[in-house]
Amino acid sequence: MDALDLARWQFGIITVYHFIFVPITIGMSVLVASLQTAWVRTGKEHYLRATKFWGKLFLINFAMGVVTGIVQEFQFGMNWSDYSRFVGDIFGAPLAIEGLLAFFLESTFLGLWIFGWDRLPKRLHLATIWIAAIGTMLSAYFILAANSWMQHPVGYEINTETGRAELNSIGAVLTNSTTLVTFPHTITACFLTAGAVLLAVSAWHLRKRHQEDVFRPSLKLGAWVVLVAGVGVMITGDLQARIMTEQQPMKMAAAEALYETSEPASFSLFTIGSLDGREEVASVRIPGVLSFMATGSPSGTVEGINNLQQEYAEKYGPGDYVPYVPITYWSFRLMIGFGLLAMLVAAAALWAVRGGRTPTSRWLWYSAVATIFMPLLSNSFGWIFTEMGRQPWTVFGVFKTFESGSPSVSTAEAATSLIVLTLLYGVLAVVEVGLFLKYAGAGAPELPPPPDLEDADRPLAFAY
Amino acid sequence: MELTTVWFGLIAVLWAGYFLLEGFDFGVGILLPVLGRDDRERRLLINTIGPVWDGNEVWLLVAGGATFAAFPEWYATLFSGFYLPLLIILVALIVRGVAFEYRGKRDHAAWKRRWDYCIIGGSLVPALLWGVAFGNIVRGVRLDADHEYVGGFFDLLNPYALLGGLTTLTLFTLHGGVFLALKTGGEMRERAGRLAAVLAVPAVVVAAGFLLWTAIAHPDTGGRLLSGIAALALVGAAVATRLRREGWAFVASGATIVLATFALFVTLFPDVMPSTIDPAYSLTTTNAASTPYTLGVMTWVAVAFTPIVLVYQGWTYWVFRKRLTVEHIPVAPALAGETG
Ligand code: HDD
Ligand code: HEM
Ligand code: HEM
Repeated sequence: MDALDLARWQFGIITVYHFIFVPITIGMSVLVASLQTAWVRTGKEHYLRATKFWGKLFLINFAMGVVTGIVQEFQFGMNWSDYSRFVGDIFGAPLAIEGLLAFFLESTFLGLWIFGWDRLPKRLHLATIWIAAIGTMLSAYFILAANSWMQHPVGYEINTETGRAELNSIGAVLTNSTTLVTFPHTITACFLTAGAVLLAVSAWHLRKRHQEDVFRPSLKLGAWVVLVAGVGVMITGDLQARIMTEQQPMKMAAAEALYETSEPASFSLFTIGSLDGREEVASVRIPGVLSFMATGSPSGTVEGINNLQQEYAEKYGPGDYVPYVPITYWSFRLMIGFGLLAMLVAAAALWAVRGGRTPTSRWLWYSAVATIFMPLLSNSFGWIFTEMGRQPWTVFGVFKTFESGSPSVSTAEAATSLIVLTLLYGVLAVVEVGLFLKYAGAGAPELPPPPDLEDADRPLAFAY
Repeated sequence: MELTTVWFGLIAVLWAGYFLLEGFDFGVGILLPVLGRDDRERRLLINTIGPVWDGNEVWLLVAGGATFAAFPEWYATLFSGFYLPLLIILVALIVRGVAFEYRGKRDHAAWKRRWDYCIIGGSLVPALLWGVAFGNIVRGVRLDADHEYVGGFFDLLNPYALLGGLTTLTLFTLHGGVFLALKTGGEMRERAGRLAAVLAVPAVVVAAGFLLWTAIAHPDTGGRLLSGIAALALVGAAVATRLRREGWAFVASGATIVLATFALFVTLFPDVMPSTIDPAYSLTTTNAASTPYTLGVMTWVAVAFTPIVLVYQGWTYWVFRKRLTVEHIPVAPALAGETG
């Protein structure tokens, strides 16, 4: 393996890892803020206990999101320096704006929220978590605008003298049609993820009829969020699929392992390809569905890999323009599949606890607890699909992956970095899962007696 | 003024802000084993920076992002060139950040001790390495005609850069001690004040040596002037800590850090990374910059949003302005029964 392969492995591992924590942060910040709002509005104690319980799990997760984000910010320069040189004018801007607009907001207001429980008036304190939640979404918007530009470059021209891409419309980059569908799809997926966390942890407690006053409403909230967000994910995913077919037809063909242009095209439930993924051996298909997904009409034409390869070779010069089909094919299905599965379990759980029931079926509870993994898997597969399906390009149609690496980084250095970060992340994963289980298992706290606000030297309501 | 110069200045401001703010929370981390004699005292120290350390760190992220947007060549050459030191810094910042959040989440002596090591090492290592990095930037490194770094890891460990590292290390440690004298009450305030007065001595010696070396090696009037004022501010900080004028001491140690950072940037200008192979290979504010359009857009964004950020970050410091004493630290740590 050369430095570039190592860098690609590192990017994949480090980014997928970051994106385990990020969706939980984005979704849970809003859910925790909603629970706190319910408490401020109604004064009901179980809402406050729920806020504190979920808030604590949220923070355990947030810490990991923050520290893994630091690596993201620097790894473009470290491992992808030629890419950074080529696109800095365009790609750097959203990244810098993200820092200035979003990261400052998130980190400052979460600090205020964590330590401000008895230092700020109730409503102002509530406002801090909402502002932090808005910060997380802004963050997502700008980084997705940067990523969407790689999927569908707009608002730029190539300077023939320097060979670099130069921005000519920031408006075009921030309103890229790709961003406009990617953002809602990702955000709804984040809600699905957070809903599943609520559902799974609540199910764990309700199974033993533990703290029903807190966990029954939490379970219902989580399950409803999974269902509603799930519908949103499907609608936005469908829109995204159409935009993608238009902009990166090869990705859609690879997602379907569709080798020959078809009209109408059927959706493959299961395809066995030859070992190199270059030919279809056998498949089970639903007629017309792929045409509908890709074009909105059941009889629309969907281009196949072989025709596209020819087309691209004519347009971009000789070369191999086919992504690794087994990965795109399976990751696309697994993304959708795990999402559907989570929705199914959520619906079953809602039905089972209707009207104050607490069923005893172990299977139901175990599958409800397992939902916590499903959206995390969907998210990872979704990104693996998006990024691997774009190959061999880093910037679609403009800049290739093999040109993107850092010439000055040796294989040994790249390997050191990959090994060190992977090991560190592995250890941190064990620590964070341990803490998560400990605090999730402990259940919602009893409320301490209200602090004596007159006493200027009272202990902090929260301290590290 | 050229936009490239404006952005060079803004990036200097971002680094200065980062060193000013994270400088003291590095210092607090470094002094943890010295001032924190038992668990409750160590928690007191950590809680002085609890609400703000993450916001302080964002200055670094924005400095990185702004460099990417305004000077892509600089961002690319710097981070791929200083690959291993940067990796070490990243690892340090990761374990440090996690340690703050997780340390109090289990009530085991061994658990806390391990996270304490992470906080101490995670603060000490970047405090040293940022100085080494900036020493090398100012001194110049082996850049070839393509602006690629062709030196090795050990080329970065030259005496001048190492002295730069000791400078940031001693300055940040002093700054942390001064901050603690200002932010704590009772006995801790006393001890932090006394320690800061001691720490001022090595800080003055090392920093004066580094600034003098810089001034001799680079005949740059602006840089020399700023170095001189920085040195004066540092002496002022030393005097104020002795007199226990805590507020003034903090202003002076902060001013030292900001002025010394500016001195380095002014000395560097108009280069951003000089080449020691051939001056023609150096990266400069012009050949490393983005297009005027990108710089213009970024200028508007910076003008519109930086003041807002400064206001709410300032407000956080105001909300948590009270001195902390051990009495403020709840006896039971933040375990399951408690707030989140
Ligand atoms: C809980 C997670 C989740 C679920 C259930 C789904 N997705 Fe998704 N999907 C993502 C999470 C996700 C993601 C991780 O957030 C991605 C990666 C990049 C992106 O924009 O969103 C993604 C990417 C992504 C892309 C790639 C876009 C591109 O490369 O340009 C398409 C076409 C879809 N999705 C379509 C769908 C459809 C039709 C779904 C269901 C019917 C679906 N997704 C369910
Ligand atoms: C958070 C979700 C993301 C995940 C899980 C993800 C995943 C991946 C993976 C697996 C690769 C490796 C593909 C390969 O084999 O080359 C990759 C490549 C890359 N992605 Fe993403 N990505 C994500 C978001 C982003 C974003 C938001 C950006 C830009 C801001 C981005 C920029 C890149 C770059 C520069 C590469 C390297 C070039 C390449 O190999 O294609 N990614 N990503
Ligand atoms: C490869 C591209 C990415 C980069 C460079 C990046 C950078 C960062 C950085 C530096 C942080 C830490 C901020 C702090 O200290 O407070 C962070 C956290 C965060 N990132 Fe990323 N990120 C990337 C991918 C993504 C994606 C794809 C999303 C969302 C769609 C996202 C959303 C967030 C959010 C919401 C946080 C704060 C919450 C948390 O820490 O869990 N990031 N990111």
